[in-house]
Amino acid sequence: MIPAAFEYYRPKDMAGVLSVLQEHGDDARVLAGGHSLIPMMKLRMAEVPHLIDLQDVEGLGGISVDGDTVRIGAMTTQHDIIDNAALAAAAPIMREASLQIADPQVRYMGTVGGNVANGDPGNDMPGLMQCLDATFTLVGPDGERTVEARDFYEAAYMTDREDDEILTAVSFKAPKGGYAYEKQKRKIGDYATAAAAVLITKTDGKCSAASIAMTNLSDTPIWSEAAAEALVGTSLDDAAIAAAVAAMLGDIDPTDDNRGPVEFKRHAASIILRRAIETAWSRA
Amino acid sequence: MNKELTREERADALGGMGCKRKRVEDARFTQGKGNYVDDIKLPGMLQGDFVRSPYAHAKIVSIDASAALALDGVVAVLTAEDLAPLGLHWMPTLAGDKQMVLADGKVLFQGQEVAFVVAKDRYIAADAVELVEVEYEELPVLTDPFAAMESDVVLREDLLGEGGSLPDGAHGPRKHHNHIFTWEVGEKDATEQVLQEADVVAEEMVYYHRTHPCPLETCGCVASMDKVNGKLTLHGTFQAPHAIRTVVSLISGIEEHNIRVISPDIGGGFGNKVGAYPGYVCSVVASIVTGVPVKWVEDRMENLMTTAFARDYWMKGKISATKEGKITGLWCHTTADHGGFDACADPTKFPAGFMNICTGSYDIPTAYLAVDGVYTNKAPGGVSYRCSFRVTEAAYFIERMIEILAIELNMDAAELRRINFIKKEQFPYQSALGWEYDSGDYHTAWDKALKAVDYDGLRAEQAQRVEDYKAGKTRKLMGIGLTHFTEIVGAGPVKNCDILGLGMFDSCEIRIHPTGSAIARLGTISQGQGHATTFAQILATEIGLPADSITIEEGDTDTAPYGLGTYGSRSTPVAGAATAMAGRKIRAKAQMIAAYLLEVHDDDVEFDVDRFVVKGAPEKFKTMKEIAFAAYNQAIPGIEPGLEAVSYYDPPNMTYPFGAYVCVMDIDVDTGVTEIRRFYALDDCGTRINPMIIEGQVHGGLTEALAVALGQEIAYDDMGNVKTGTLMDFFLPTAWEVPNYETDHTVTPSPHHPIGAKGVGESPHVGGVPCFSNAVNDAFRAFGLRHTHMPHDHWRIWKTANGLGLHG
Repeated sequence: MIPAAFEYYRPKDMAGVLSVLQEHGDDARVLAGGHSLIPMMKLRMAEVPHLIDLQDVEGLGGISVDGDTVRIGAMTTQHDIIDNAALAAAAPIMREASLQIADPQVRYMGTVGGNVANGDPGNDMPGLMQCLDATFTLVGPDGERTVEARDFYEAAYMTDREDDEILTAVSFKAPKGGYAYEKQKRKIGDYATAAAAVLITKTDGKCSAASIAMTNLSDTPIWSEAAAEALVGTSLDDAAIAAAVAAMLGDIDPTDDNRGPVEFKRHAASIILRRAIETAWSRA
Repeated sequence: MNKELTREERADALGGMGCKRKRVEDARFTQGKGNYVDDIKLPGMLQGDFVRSPYAHAKIVSIDASAALALDGVVAVLTAEDLAPLGLHWMPTLAGDKQMVLADGKVLFQGQEVAFVVAKDRYIAADAVELVEVEYEELPVLTDPFAAMESDVVLREDLLGEGGSLPDGAHGPRKHHNHIFTWEVGEKDATEQVLQEADVVAEEMVYYHRTHPCPLETCGCVASMDKVNGKLTLHGTFQAPHAIRTVVSLISGIEEHNIRVISPDIGGGFGNKVGAYPGYVCSVVASIVTGVPVKWVEDRMENLMTTAFARDYWMKGKISATKEGKITGLWCHTTADHGGFDACADPTKFPAGFMNICTGSYDIPTAYLAVDGVYTNKAPGGVSYRCSFRVTEAAYFIERMIEILAIELNMDAAELRRINFIKKEQFPYQSALGWEYDSGDYHTAWDKALKAVDYDGLRAEQAQRVEDYKAGKTRKLMGIGLTHFTEIVGAGPVKNCDILGLGMFDSCEIRIHPTGSAIARLGTISQGQGHATTFAQILATEIGLPADSITIEEGDTDTAPYGLGTYGSRSTPVAGAATAMAGRKIRAKAQMIAAYLLEVHDDDVEFDVDRFVVKGAPEKFKTMKEIAFAAYNQAIPGIEPGLEAVSYYDPPNMTYPFGAYVCVMDIDVDTGVTEIRRFYALDDCGTRINPMIIEGQVHGGLTEALAVALGQEIAYDDMGNVKTGTLMDFFLPTAWEVPNYETDHTVTPSPHHPIGAKGVGESPHVGGVPCFSNAVNDAFRAFGLRHTHMPHDHWRIWKTANGLGLHG
């Protein structure tokens, strides 16, 4: 667990970051909290000859809640999210999910940007961002662009981000109605065996809108439009929930690992989603 | 003028046995001031690192180190070819087998040491490892011991005789080329007859999965050969520093007085640091070759994948009883997966350790045990992970078999235990498999435990839960885990316990200083157990000087007396006894000095807490402090100056700690998630030296038991790849996963131990594993489950529930 040699950069601004990225292409990687990248480097599974630490770059942190628009800078830590009262009021699901990420020590370092940009199917934030229909801001040599969270993930560790771009912020509309982030894991610090992010809006006793995303059950997060649609227009009776679960099962594609065989993961996913829906509905 | 202290106040002031003395070690550990192997930095020190095999079974076609050697900062790359002229490419194991130090033509497990790179720093060494080119030719892989016993594939060609014959191994005849030994204890025919004639026989295969002790500090060493004076100094994470010195001497040919082995602070051992590893041999050779110190410290993956694993026992059991539930016989056949080399750490005459304690706490008149050791393509080891030589396996086996027998008899498992316990008046008790249990009072402990948890109330609640479940009111089942374990620790009597011919006594040497403080050195070595605290307490009580005035030192073979080290809960039973005995020698001489000073006959003074008093005239006394000064500074006719003693203690018997544990667990049938609602642990470790340290040991042992029972494993795929090589997958519980523990005790002193102490460090692990596992199994008893294997992680519990049709 000794990494290969690398050059370490600690630029003060985006221009500094971009110039290293442009010079070294995919030989350079940016470092946020480091919880994914550093272990990969120590295991020599990731070769990063040029490592750009973002800690000193101005303007990458901060949470702003402006009306119903939430913007979270990439270097915002999970601890910052848990600690931010305005965010907890605007989007309580962010706090609920963040509290289920590893342990306090990890959350003091782990960032939103790193969590969403790395493309690790085990990370919790990508599914959550898809559930929230968030937008990611990317900055590259040609300036800034945005991409929808639901279009961002291509495969494990493969995203729409170009090698010379960095993800600088996530933003979304403050969700309305009920919410829940439910996660089954083997222990503190583990990735999800199955996790579900659910948002439900209730109007006149019926579900008027819903959004459902699943984590670590495919090589990308799964935003299950069909599962949400199965709930809309119903009063969330057993049949509706069963239909939503069935629709979700049609969208996920888990693999065997030490957390269990596919059959178990599909069962766990259905239980976790059912519980998340029930919790979200009770809060709607 | 000081007020005269009462007798009790004087005793309290000593901080002796029975008090909750705070750990003297913690000041440095809690401030980051410990001194571990990796903290040792010697001038000019080089760093070693291994090239390891990615394959579980392969022929080595070639090794090309030229690119590595060309890297700036690389000093040497050692291979088996370099070690062969010294005869060091293989080394003896503790089990009488031999093990490759570096791959000699083939590899037998993933992660096996192939070449040793020596470089100027740790980073260069790691870079160079990547540059060593090894060409492998893959061979068929055997990961299943039953398949290995049928297979034509030969794992150990080195053990074949002429024409492919099978010469005897270290423990007798071998049945197959992948077979290591058969060990039989008890009466086979008689047991089989009892089983045949029994009213009821319960039969089950109980698998105790492979796991790993996983101490927080991994294994490592710093070897330093001084070519001028010919002395080798070896700092290392050794649980048995003196034995390591002897073994290094025997292997290397360096005379023992020229070897100094030092175990500095050790960050947990749990058996992982008992054995000798290739890293030690390679570091020593590299230091001899280069003339400068060489450090090797394994990383976490190397620790989990290559240094000693634990368990991996397939235990086929049969237990018979009358229809009233009186056990009549026990039969066990164990298939033991030892990996590529037999490197188990057991006393020589016990190739399956003390597995023959598997009759447990029960009066079982007839029993038979056979163990077959088998080679596979897995890492070697088979150490006692927080237990005494396979006692954990034995306790798990009998405590599962009892539960299964209870199902067969349709009886309550607590009652079944009660009617079969060895009775208090039966001690010393001769077990059917050859042990003499020294003492016990199982019924008292059991009744106390069941009362403490309101056992009948728990069973009523559980029955209601089953009704509620069946009525669709809940998806959570409730399990009540019971265990009554008997351990066998304190190895051991030299007449039947040795490792590689080294008798398993232990030792203590005491020097009293003129001003009445002292240093005591022991042959053991603490890895977190708190020896510096507890051994000083034993001495404080024995010699009447304050514990705070007694330094305890261990781990340096140049200064400490010879002993076999710390594992198998042997420190208190053996070295603790030596400490008390050495203390009594001090006291005997002090008595003569006191008598001289008080101008009375030796027999006219008696020891009183911290002094000798004239019998019948307690106002006439000499304190131990005064006696110490006189011992050095006053000419006393017929008595040599000084106050020192040494004791080598060969225990007359093992000690037999026991305990009664109850676990209450809720299980989510749908997710397989377990929640421990309550855990009650009653331990009887005989005389209690420091209740606070005992409680800490119980908490730690239970937590490691929880880990093993609920998820901790070393798993392999069919290709022999380790699937659990990091702490992401290898379960090490944190504060989050650990429940609250309720501790309790009874005290049944060991009749043969000088202070009646029995050892406690491993009891909670031995008893904890079956207790957690029994809780899981018990939760499903009402739905027809007889037995499900550990580890009880979420998916396996889900699978059990699924198999019982609980998912609709």
